Amino acid sequence: MTLSKLRLDRKHCRTLLKQMLRVRRFEEKCAELYTKEKIRGFLHLYIGEEAVAAGIMQVLQDEDAVVATYREHGHALLRGVPAGEIMAEMYGKQEGCSRGRGGSMHLFHAPTRFYGGNAIVGGGLPLAVGLALADQMQARSNVTVCFFGEGAAAEGEFHESLNLAALWKLPVLFVCENNLYAMGTALDISESETDIHAKAASYNIESETVDGMNIVDVEVAARRAVDFVRAGSGPYFLECQTYRFRAHSMFDAELYRDKEEVRQWTEAGPIKRFQTWAMEAGELNQGDVDEIETEVASEVAAAVEFAEAGSWEPVETLLNNVGAEARL
Amino acid sequence: MSNRMTYREAMREAIWAAMSADDRVFLMGEDVGHYGGCYAVSKGMLDEFGPERVRDTPLSESGFSGAGIGAALGGMRPIVEIMTCNFALLALDQIMNSAATLRHMSGGQFHVSLVIRMATGAGRQLAAQHSHSLEGWFAHIPGLRILAPATVADARAMLPRALEDPDPVLIFENALLYNREGDVPEDLGAIDIDHAKVERSGNDISLITYGGSLWKCLEAAEKLSAAGVSAEVIDLRVLRPLDDSTIMTSVAKTRRALIVDEGWRSGSLSAEIMARIMEQTFWTLDAPPTRLCSAEVPIPYAKHLEEAALPQVDGIVEAARKLAGT
Repeated sequence: MTLSKLRLDRKHCRTLLKQMLRVRRFEEKCAELYTKEKIRGFLHLYIGEEAVAAGIMQVLQDEDAVVATYREHGHALLRGVPAGEIMAEMYGKQEGCSRGRGGSMHLFHAPTRFYGGNAIVGGGLPLAVGLALADQMQARSNVTVCFFGEGAAAEGEFHESLNLAALWKLPVLFVCENNLYAMGTALDISESETDIHAKAASYNIESETVDGMNIVDVEVAARRAVDFVRAGSGPYFLECQTYRFRAHSMFDAELYRDKEEVRQWTEAGPIKRFQTWAMEAGELNQGDVDEIETEVASEVAAAVEFAEAGSWEPVETLLNNVGAEARL
Repeated sequence: MSNRMTYREAMREAIWAAMSADDRVFLMGEDVGHYGGCYAVSKGMLDEFGPERVRDTPLSESGFSGAGIGAALGGMRPIVEIMTCNFALLALDQIMNSAATLRHMSGGQFHVSLVIRMATGAGRQLAAQHSHSLEGWFAHIPGLRILAPATVADARAMLPRALEDPDPVLIFENALLYNREGDVPEDLGAIDIDHAKVERSGNDISLITYGGSLWKCLEAAEKLSAAGVSAEVIDLRVLRPLDDSTIMTSVAKTRRALIVDEGWRSGSLSAEIMARIMEQTFWTLDAPPTRLCSAEVPIPYAKHLEEAALPQVDGIVEAARKLAGT
């Protein structure tokens, strides 16, 4: 079976725009709720990078696995974790997708095989390798998609994992979200080789660089990559070049990049770009966009309502889920 | 009925039997396959089970330990072998930040049924990067079960129990024990991974220990007996969670406790046990609990210095006699 053909008809254009807008509006609400102190801890927004996760998720099947980072609200939402459960998690409520134990950085969801929510940079890569190893050893044709930032390329676990995946021909799709800054440290002051996909290529992994601000490019590349991986040809590495519009977290004064740079990237933002193109191409009209915005707004409002209505886990169960109940 | 074998053979038989019984079980680590295991535990397994299930890894402790975690999440039952616990520090991120936390962070949706085995302990002149007893560090971490098989029977019986556990289990094998012979009972079902065990019964003092030091304590108990001191020897077996009940029952009886731990003293397992004794059975004591640990020095190479750095039988006897007032 090949999934490589991408048909950009009206229906699909609507889907792509809607998926990106779901993330954008959801996170704008998160930022607002953070200032209202409904959400606490670290909050890392994906705003600006939506085309990457939205493009990749188009191609996945239900049985595939996803491993993500601490900037994963969008990935969880696009993977199918209910928005209300994500929001409730950020509120710290027990109706949250991790029962309030994880928060923004540790979203998990078994029904969609969403394995976090990993907040040690590079730490998710070995997990993805292992999930893929389990699929390979049990002769399942699932794909494990592992998202991480370019900062992870400096970690030993990145190199260990790429080597293992290539050595054992494991069904992993590595997706590097290269947003140019590891927190506040620019790529060119932290890496001797700034071409990330070349690092993967050095492990004999099929790899390519894609414009991560163009959802169509991302989806086309993702189809190619996922077909390759699912066929049992080994891992694949996609470097998606993107940009984070917001601060690293809510504590970041953004001293390390200038406003003009942010402005230029924002101008070329993935939602604006795709929406403009789709409207000019006659695939979408203003009515479609308004309709999508309404649908998304209602999903976000319902998520907030769900989180507000949620409950706090009683302190009496503080020690739950450290180990299996039967063993304690 | 029992079978006599070495600790190494017991461990090999345990892994072999587990792999024969369950297709999900596989062994992964440095030199487990073609080399036969750096302590020859997995010798012959590559031929029997093939390279998929006796999987040689590159020198990537963090990578393959994390892969073990992922494989467990994916429904396998991996046994990860790390050459020594000093090397396990390279995998500490995965063990601590992923294996031990995933169940909790996910609100109980995921669990990591992973077994990690590693060699521990000194006594072979391997100096300061291959000789330490770091199990106490790992025993600090909620979410892990820490086992220290000291007997051949435990070497055979603990692994299958560990593989049945839904959560990560770390097994620390004192490298000096691999050649030790002992009996393995036919019926392994009675051997759990929850409780400490009274290895020798006595009335005057409790020697509380685990791993390689068990045999030193048993030898010391024999000598103490000749000197008129009746020592009870407790093999902790499980370093997390600690079996307080067995410890306190013994100490309440003997009223004196000497903890023998090959780890360093400061912030150690011995300190934890001592604190629990003080919290739980202070009023039954006839003397302050005491302990014998490794000297606070990286393990030296020179034989006489290494011996001096570790708890030894004579030192145990001396400390016990002092505590018992004889």
